[in-house]
Amino acid sequence: MDKVFEIYKQLEEKNVLLSFKGMITSELLTTILQIMESKMDHMDEKPKVKRKVFNILVECLQNLYHHIDQEDIVHVPTEDKSALLMIAKGDGEYTITTGNYMKSSDMEVLKTKLDLVNGMDKDELKAYYKKVLNEGSLSSKGTAGLGMIDIARKSGEKLDYNFTSINEITTFFSLAVKIAE
Amino acid sequence: MENLTLEGSAKTPTVSFDSDNGVLELKGRSIPENSIEFYKPVINWLDSYITDPNHHTLLVIKLEYFNTSSSKCLVEILRRLESLKEQSIVKVKWCYEEEDEDMQESGEDFKEIIKVPIEMVLVREN
Repeated sequence: MDKVFEIYKQLEEKNVLLSFKGMITSELLTTILQIMESKMDHMDEKPKVKRKVFNILVECLQNLYHHIDQEDIVHVPTEDKSALLMIAKGDGEYTITTGNYMKSSDMEVLKTKLDLVNGMDKDELKAYYKKVLNEGSLSSKGTAGLGMIDIARKSGEKLDYNFTSINEITTFFSLAVKIAE
Repeated sequence: MENLTLEGSAKTPTVSFDSDNGVLELKGRSIPENSIEFYKPVINWLDSYITDPNHHTLLVIKLEYFNTSSSKCLVEILRRLESLKEQSIVKVKWCYEEEDEDMQESGEDFKEIIKVPIEMVLVREN
């Protein structure tokens, strides 16, 4: 039972407002968004910050949601078909952290995209967003390829990410997005 | 043709498209996981509207939040209106709240991509 207090202390130290590990469903997304909205209302958060956190959270959650959708073809054990979400508020900034399993074969494409986005300034991100919005089409799942660009644009900070190799076919992807107040 | 009315939800906007006066309104939040599914009837309605439009068409977009997947569908909607140009005078009102720079910037993005007049309208918070 000591572990419980350890977990509690860790969450406390990191100023975690909300954390979740498990299956990401559409209903869960609705609930998480409602909880975060009322939390920020409660904290009397500035409307501008509230909107940014909400917007970025929507994109992060939907990335997780659509990813889970794919996982039937990855053949990871059932207990691994879940994702991690953490929202923390520390020193003048919010941090949204996500973690999820993905296909190792998809890693390069994602890494290239993240590095590309991280190498862009505000104006370049705007131009890139507009280009993808204008030219690209939606996948059958309704994903636009705009998510990471939008997250980077609204965050205004570099996206912090990491890939942890589990085995040849599976990799764990972690992403941390900062939103300054 | 029949008007299109969809009640808003936590993740989908209120849609009221009126073919009699050519006023089309999208209000609220548009953050569904799969926006194609949600916007399908909206696009279908527009496809039929553009065959016999009102002399004036006004699209009012008053969204509090929209996700990137919805932004693609908004492009689809605006493209339909672009094609109307000769049969109907088209105007778009993009509403954003005070201090909502991101929503204002989104409107500017569409303005640069879409060839119908988009008016930016500042709405004061209640």
